[in-house]
Amino acid sequence: MENKLIEHGLNTNRRHFLSKLSLGLGSAALGSLLIPDLFSGINGERDVDPLAGIPHFAPKAKRVIYLFQNGAPSQLESFDYKPKLREMWGEELPDSIRQGQRLTGMTSSQTSFPMVGSIYDFQQYGQARAWVSELFPHTAKIVDDICIIKSMHTEAINHDPALTFFQTGAQQGNRPSMGAWLSYGLGSENSNLPAFTVLLSKGKGNGQGVYSKLWSNGFLESVHQGVQFSSGDDPVLYLSNQEGMSGQQRRKMLDRLAELNQLSFEKLGDPEIHAKVAQYEMAYRMQTAVPEATDLSKEPDMIFDLYGEDSRKPGTFAANCLLARKLSENGVRFVQLYHQGWDQHGNLPNEMRDQAKDVDQASAALITDLKQRGLLDETLVIWGGEFGRTNYSQGKLTKENYGRDHHPRCFSIWMAGGGVKPGFVYGETDEFGYNIAKNPVHVHDFQATVLHQLGLDHERLIYKHLGRRFRLTDVAGHVVKDLLV
Amino acid sequence: MRLNLILRNCSKYLFWIEVRRRIAIYPLLGLSLWLLLTSCEKSDIKVEDGKLPDQISYNLHIRPILSDNCFACHGPDANKREAGLRLDIEKEAFKTLQDNPQAHTIVPGDIKRSEVYKRIVSNDANDQMPPPESNLALSDHQIRLIEKWIKQGAAFEPHWAFIPPQSPELPKVKSNSWVKNEIDYFILKEQENQGLNPNKEADKETLLRRLSLDLTGLPPSLNLMERFMADNSPEAYESLVDELLASNAYGEKMAVHWMDVARYADSHGYQDDNFRSQWPWRDWVIHAFNKNLPYDQFITWQLAGDLLPEPTKEQILATGFNRNHKITEEGGVIDEEYRVEYVVDRTNTFGKAIIGITMECAQCHDHKYDPISQKDYFQLYAFFNNIREVGHESNIGGPNTYAKHPKIEITDEDLTGILSFINKRDTLGLIVSVMGDLDSIRPTHILERGVYDAPGELVQPAMPTSILEFSNELPKNRLGLVQWLFDTDNPLTSRVFVNRMWKEVFGKGLVETVGDFGMQGDLPTHPELLDWLAVDFRENGWDIKRLMKQIVTSATYMQSAALTTPIYDPSNAYYTRAPRERIKAEFVKDLVMASSGLLFTDVGGPSVKPYQPPGLWEAAASTGAKFGLLGTYIQDSGNDLYRRGLYTFIKRTLPPPSMMIFDASNRDTCEPDRATTNTPLQALLMMNDPMVLEASRVLAARLLKQEGSAQQKLEQAFRLIVNRMPLSAEFEILTAHYQDQLKEYNLNPSEAKKVLDVGEYPQATNLDTVQHAALMQVISLIYNLEETLMKS
Repeated sequence: MENKLIEHGLNTNRRHFLSKLSLGLGSAALGSLLIPDLFSGINGERDVDPLAGIPHFAPKAKRVIYLFQNGAPSQLESFDYKPKLREMWGEELPDSIRQGQRLTGMTSSQTSFPMVGSIYDFQQYGQARAWVSELFPHTAKIVDDICIIKSMHTEAINHDPALTFFQTGAQQGNRPSMGAWLSYGLGSENSNLPAFTVLLSKGKGNGQGVYSKLWSNGFLESVHQGVQFSSGDDPVLYLSNQEGMSGQQRRKMLDRLAELNQLSFEKLGDPEIHAKVAQYEMAYRMQTAVPEATDLSKEPDMIFDLYGEDSRKPGTFAANCLLARKLSENGVRFVQLYHQGWDQHGNLPNEMRDQAKDVDQASAALITDLKQRGLLDETLVIWGGEFGRTNYSQGKLTKENYGRDHHPRCFSIWMAGGGVKPGFVYGETDEFGYNIAKNPVHVHDFQATVLHQLGLDHERLIYKHLGRRFRLTDVAGHVVKDLLV
Repeated sequence: MRLNLILRNCSKYLFWIEVRRRIAIYPLLGLSLWLLLTSCEKSDIKVEDGKLPDQISYNLHIRPILSDNCFACHGPDANKREAGLRLDIEKEAFKTLQDNPQAHTIVPGDIKRSEVYKRIVSNDANDQMPPPESNLALSDHQIRLIEKWIKQGAAFEPHWAFIPPQSPELPKVKSNSWVKNEIDYFILKEQENQGLNPNKEADKETLLRRLSLDLTGLPPSLNLMERFMADNSPEAYESLVDELLASNAYGEKMAVHWMDVARYADSHGYQDDNFRSQWPWRDWVIHAFNKNLPYDQFITWQLAGDLLPEPTKEQILATGFNRNHKITEEGGVIDEEYRVEYVVDRTNTFGKAIIGITMECAQCHDHKYDPISQKDYFQLYAFFNNIREVGHESNIGGPNTYAKHPKIEITDEDLTGILSFINKRDTLGLIVSVMGDLDSIRPTHILERGVYDAPGELVQPAMPTSILEFSNELPKNRLGLVQWLFDTDNPLTSRVFVNRMWKEVFGKGLVETVGDFGMQGDLPTHPELLDWLAVDFRENGWDIKRLMKQIVTSATYMQSAALTTPIYDPSNAYYTRAPRERIKAEFVKDLVMASSGLLFTDVGGPSVKPYQPPGLWEAAASTGAKFGLLGTYIQDSGNDLYRRGLYTFIKRTLPPPSMMIFDASNRDTCEPDRATTNTPLQALLMMNDPMVLEASRVLAARLLKQEGSAQQKLEQAFRLIVNRMPLSAEFEILTAHYQDQLKEYNLNPSEAKKVLDVGEYPQATNLDTVQHAALMQVISLIYNLEETLMKS
């Protein structure tokens, strides 16, 4: 353990050392591809190095893969089993339970709030006897590797603010997202890949959009912005040379460019000119490194079998999970996936089945795959949405069909690896699945915990902007020690 | 540890690496660490470890320390104040301690009896200030400053930015011959104080390019280059300035900055993020700058145009400024929550954009650093709280959702009359969101913790007295607010604007935190110059073109950017050279379009969708967005591909990557200060974006169709893009590259065809494909030069 800390310390010191000097090693920068300029002087912050002392404590995880289930999957059809709701099917939600919880505009005019239990069956799995619904058979097989939190709660009741809150710690405003904070605090492990990458996919269900502000650098330098990797010809925007332009020609062009820039440097003496040359060299290396890191064609069939048939189709959630493993393996600090389609206001029984089918096998496969490579210990994987769903039906309740509105008071997510307790279920909701009964975990607590696992103290990872010190957890949050090994 | 400290303290002065907002992959430059260390030891350690100033200034030395380390608990925020103690007010700071009436916080002249001093030097965790759990700590130097300040009598001063500017005397300087206008006296005086000299004047080619980029955002045309180079009259430069200020492109250049401040965008910004038709407001901004609407009117119309007596439609259109904020269309939101959000946005924008004060903090609690209470916040909020608007008007729908109430319709009559500057191209209806007050007064409450459903005390519209009292004689509405702004005693309005214009030209403000003139903001580097400019601007009719002309005709501006004696002014703090700045995202496109001849110079009109990598909008769009206009990116064609960068369509949730990669604002909120980074993604974009490749192809074709040798064509391409004659060494490299490319494509003519197959602009006929492709490659190389995107 101590050795690990020392090793990490050496690495980060080396990186800090280099970046503090505002030096790179030209074509072989050792630190992050996108080393933050610690002395950039944004808004007057110059004298104090906010990153001094990082890591604040021994990190358990080096990297994060966040499988964001965008739109908010129902906890009541996934991990939070409530037989009571089945018993009381169609009965009114008692006021004593609702306690004046504010409702979204979609159900606030509803006169009746009939409770509805899951149409799907649940069973218990693993050592922790965790309940998992029949929609997630693959996840059920890995419950001994994951930690299910059933007592998450948030403040927002609508998608945009809730997503923004989860990713940036604030519902409004243009703040850095979690990945940007990690890039800022820890840099990248690979000099040829960005520290923070984003992968998007869509299910068939009712979908909410994603917004680039979710992977925004906010007021941090734009080098910390999430770089969207796509499944098309160009995994990174503008990466490929146009047809008719060979790699050799590019090399020659860059050599000539460097010669011309050097002449300019001799005339003007501005070191920014050399910085520019270094960026072109970095771009050139990315042209090789990124296709290699994102090339799934050399994966063996057994891997595709593990992640499911979808993983052969670029742009699916399954393919993105596999890609996430590859990027993470190559040292990308934070791989953020978004899978859209989880907003089941109506027609939940049909839509949710498809949605779960899209993600279940690949999510479980990712855990299995990381584990078999010995990477799960140092990779924190997170699975979950932005809030929960109501225990009563939105719209008409029939025997076969119902919907659920947004519910901020309780929902379930799971985490795995990275020093989080495996085979563990945390927190409880009441028998109606409406309020938290035990061990609430607020979004800021969750964020504090994630940072903690990466060796960062959420109260000390700060950035001063417009006169104020900002942090991911705003002014709140506690590390949930119970979740940790 | 010690080494670490030295590195930390000196790194900002490392040689002449001016570390601005750029990423730090700097090359070694052949310097050893040893060299770096010694250089720091010599010159820079004194900043922290050297001797203290003779006279300690509260504003310069003490307040920054107290504000940053103490005010959070002992400052303006009444609710979070510890031990009843505040250190931001003289009277309070000299009091006895709440829990120990024998002890005084500060006793002027007596450190032994000053509890503040005892606490900051204490090692006892119980007594120590700042307390260990705050993660804050004072440096030895800061402690010694406070010690000396108390010994000298602990004199407080009001915050500099809240004292109205007075026009200072022009300083006496030694080298009068260098001076061209008033600005130069102040700059030169400071240089002389430091034993520094200004740089030599830049050559004419450089000046022309710099000026053209600064005033129009465009590179000079060949014609203009030839005219200016041939004009050896003493008035040549000044008439060039006048010519550029008079061009339509001037308004377009100036509008870019104002669009950031005003968070202008072409979509509503939340969730499905649908289309909005706010662009006529942007056309007005261009028009206003071009006709040189004085700044006081420019602001008055935007903040209160609708309240003017018998307002014109133009004045009402200007109020679109305050409706540019994001507006939700998400089903299921709580109406009041979002209506409050809009008012909050206007309040914060007003603070940052116009008076340079970050109001945000005071939304939820008293400001921790600035003397702005939560009550002050909601008194300002009250000015913007009376609009005839709702939080959530409609879900995705037809053209009537493109603007939200209150809104105006632009009629055909307007277009031939007062709003003739609006570049409307179709016969469809056109609506714009504007301001309009309710007939009655919507009461404003302090919102506890800033939350929409926790109303507290009722407040009236007013402004913080610490800045300037809001006179009882002023109407308690936005009209009164603008009168307060342009009162001659207002300490901020003029300073904030001249400072931002300074930054537009010099790359950094005289106050570097252009959006924060409060206690946590930077102190001005040249306070007297700032005040002189502020008073001069106000006294001369808030004339923006005049201000710009003053700045660009100064000797300070006309210096060369070459680093000749860099070691003495590493960060150019004393303006001993012109800055080198990468041009903004919009102007990157402008430069490529103008130099290649592709630029379509129409002014204004609906925003356009040029080339963008496929699938970006589609991958992120919600199910609902499919039904709107913006679920799918439908690229424009023809002339609309070749518009200036400021017309590029901004969809807030997925802004155009070609802009974002070059640090454009995502227009989420008011952004007075863009960062400038240098990343590999920028390199990839310049090498592979069809926008650049197509321009290279088209320019190559144009040149090939002209008479002349290959050499002349290369030279002309270089002149069009870099706006100077190439050096012979440069010329040799370009020629060699051209020869190589010819050879390459002669061997693989099919590759030449492929490389030319880019962009929608019609392919040239009757050209040799190999020559065409080879010249295109050289032009593309020129577009990638570091110098090309630098204003130098």
